[in-house]
Amino acid sequence: MSQNIAIQAEGLTKRFGDFTAVDGISFEVQKGEIFGFLGANGAGKTTAMRMLCGLSIPTGGKATVAGFDVYRQTEQIKRNIGYMSQKFSLYEDLTVKENIRFYAGIYGKSDAFIKEKTAFLLKELHMESEGSKLVKSLPLGWKQKLAFSVAIFHEPGIVFLDEPTGGVDPVTRREFWNMIYQAAANGITVFVTTHYMDEAEYCNRVSIMVDGRIDALDTPRELKRSLQAASMDEVFLKLARKATRNAD
Amino acid sequence: MKQFLSFVKKEFHHIARDRRTLFILLGMPIMQIIIFGFALTNEVKNSKIGLLDNAHDVASAAIRTQLDASRYFDVVRDLHSYKEIEAAFKKGDIKLAVVIPQQFNTDLQHFNTAQIQLIADASDPNVATTLTNYATAVIMDYQDRVTHGRKLPYTIKTELQMLYNPQLKGAYSYVPGVMAMVLMLVCTMMTAITIVKEKETGTMEIMLVSPIRPMKIVTAKAVPYLLLSMINIASILLLSVFVLDVPINGSLLLLIGESILFIITSLTLGLLISSSTASQQTAMFISMVGLFLPTVMLSGFMFPIENMPLPLRVIAHAVPSKWYYDIVRSVMIKGLGFSAIWKETLVLTGMTLFLLTLAIKKFKIRLA
Repeated sequence: MSQNIAIQAEGLTKRFGDFTAVDGISFEVQKGEIFGFLGANGAGKTTAMRMLCGLSIPTGGKATVAGFDVYRQTEQIKRNIGYMSQKFSLYEDLTVKENIRFYAGIYGKSDAFIKEKTAFLLKELHMESEGSKLVKSLPLGWKQKLAFSVAIFHEPGIVFLDEPTGGVDPVTRREFWNMIYQAAANGITVFVTTHYMDEAEYCNRVSIMVDGRIDALDTPRELKRSLQAASMDEVFLKLARKATRNAD
Repeated sequence: MKQFLSFVKKEFHHIARDRRTLFILLGMPIMQIIIFGFALTNEVKNSKIGLLDNAHDVASAAIRTQLDASRYFDVVRDLHSYKEIEAAFKKGDIKLAVVIPQQFNTDLQHFNTAQIQLIADASDPNVATTLTNYATAVIMDYQDRVTHGRKLPYTIKTELQMLYNPQLKGAYSYVPGVMAMVLMLVCTMMTAITIVKEKETGTMEIMLVSPIRPMKIVTAKAVPYLLLSMINIASILLLSVFVLDVPINGSLLLLIGESILFIITSLTLGLLISSSTASQQTAMFISMVGLFLPTVMLSGFMFPIENMPLPLRVIAHAVPSKWYYDIVRSVMIKGLGFSAIWKETLVLTGMTLFLLTLAIKKFKIRLA
C-alpha cells in the first residue's frame, strides 16, 4: 500500500438482512485530498461513512483508513480521524473553551496542549473575546466554524464531514470552505458529503453513489466532460435519475 | 482516566448550568419529606363528632365527658334526631356520630348489656376506620371503669403493642418510601434524559466516533447523579432524624450500602430506557409511567401489597423499589442487620445484574 493513501476501499459491502445498503464499493483517497462523497438520500452514503469511521462493521470487502483495518483496528481508526455531522454538535450550555476542553479531553490530549492550541485557535477564528461565552449565544455561522475547528483540534490525519454546511448562508459556506482548504493544505485529508453541487465543484475528486454502488468517480472537470454536462448539478441529476431505490 | 475526568467535568457543567433542574433535584426530597411527614398524616386529633343522646342519664353523660376529654375528639354538636345526623354529615360539620339509646344506664345496670351506635363518614374509609377504633377504645375505657372491682364472666382482653413505631407515626413508612421515590426519579429519569439528549443533539455520534469507550461514556454520565443521590439521601436522613424524629435504628453503613445498590439499579434502568428511546419526551414518559408510578403504587408504601389482587402482587414483586423499600424499612425502622435482608439484597442485586446485561447488550446492538 502506498504511503500516500489515506483511505482505501475494495468491494466494501454492508448488508442488513436482505437489503444491501452498500454494494461492493471500491475507491482510494489520497493524503491531503478533498474527496466529495455524493449521492441521493438513501444511496448508502451514511452507511459507507459509518463503516469507514469504525462505527459499523462491514459484511464484506476490505477497507483501511489511515492504514488501519476497518474490521480489527477500529480503535486506532477512531484515534486518527475527526468527525463533524450535519447536526450541530457542540454543547450549547457549555462555553466555547469548555467545549474545546471536553472534546480534546476525550481524545486524551494534555492540558498544556489544549491550553496553547485553544488560544491559537480562538485568535485564528477572531473569537478571543468569546472564549468564555456560552456557545448558544454565538451566531450559527460561528458555531459551524467552531465545530469544524473542534473536529480537527486533535490533529487527525483524516476528517469526515457529513453535510457540514446544512442550513448555513452562502457567505458562511464560502468561509467554511476556505477553512476546509486550509486544513487540506496542512495535510489533513477531507472526506465530505454534501447536497450542494456548487460545493462538489470545490472538491479535488468526487464520487457519486447510486443504489449502494459508486457510479462515477473523477475530478469534477472530468465528470462534466464525460457526461457532457455543463455543471455538477447536471452530472448528479443524470446519474441519480437511474436510481431505482427509494430515498428513505 | 483523563478522558473519563473531562467527561465527568462536562457533566457537572451541564448540571450546574441548569439551575432550575438542579434546584428541583436537590429541593424535591426536602419538599417531599416535609409534605409527607407533616401534611399527609393518618393520625387523628380533635376530630369533630356529634352526639345523639337519647338517654340523658348518668352513664351517657359520663361517656360524653370521656369522649370530649380525649384528645382525639371534640364533641361539637348535640344532635336530636337521626335526620340531624345526616344533615350534619352532609354539611361536613362532623366526622363521627355517637348514638346512645334510651334507657342506656337502666339497660346497663339491669341486663348487664347495652348498645351504642357509631356512625362514621366513610367517604374517607381510612379516617372512618381510625375514628371508630378510637371511639370504641374510649367507650371500652369507660366500661372498664364501671366494671372496676366486679368480675365479668368470660372476658377476653387484648393487649396491643405496636412494635417499631409505637406512636403509629406516618413518617415511619413515608421516609423509606420517599427515599425509593427520589432515588428512582433522580437516577433513572435524569440519566435516561441526559443520554437521550446527547442522541437528539448529535453529540453522541461525535463521541462514538471518538476513541472514548461506550462504557466510559455511560459511567461518566452516571457519576454526577450518583453524587447528587448521595446528597439527597443525606438530606432525607438528616431531616427524618432531626425534624420528623424518625430514628435510624439499624446500621447507617448498611443503609448507605443498600442505597448505593439501589442507585445502581436505578441508573441501569435509566441506561436501559435511554438505549431504547430516541427523544427526551419519550424517555421522560417511560420513566414516569413505567417506573415512578409503580414505585409509588406498588412498592407497598402507599398501599399494602398483601391486599392486592394476584396479578398486581406479581407485578409488585418485579418492581425494584419494592425490595429497596423493604430493605430500608427493615434496617432503618426495625433496626435489623444484614442477616434479615440478605434475601432482598440478593433479589435486588440479581435484578441489577440482569438489567445491566440487557442494557449493555442493547447499547452494543445500537453500535453495530
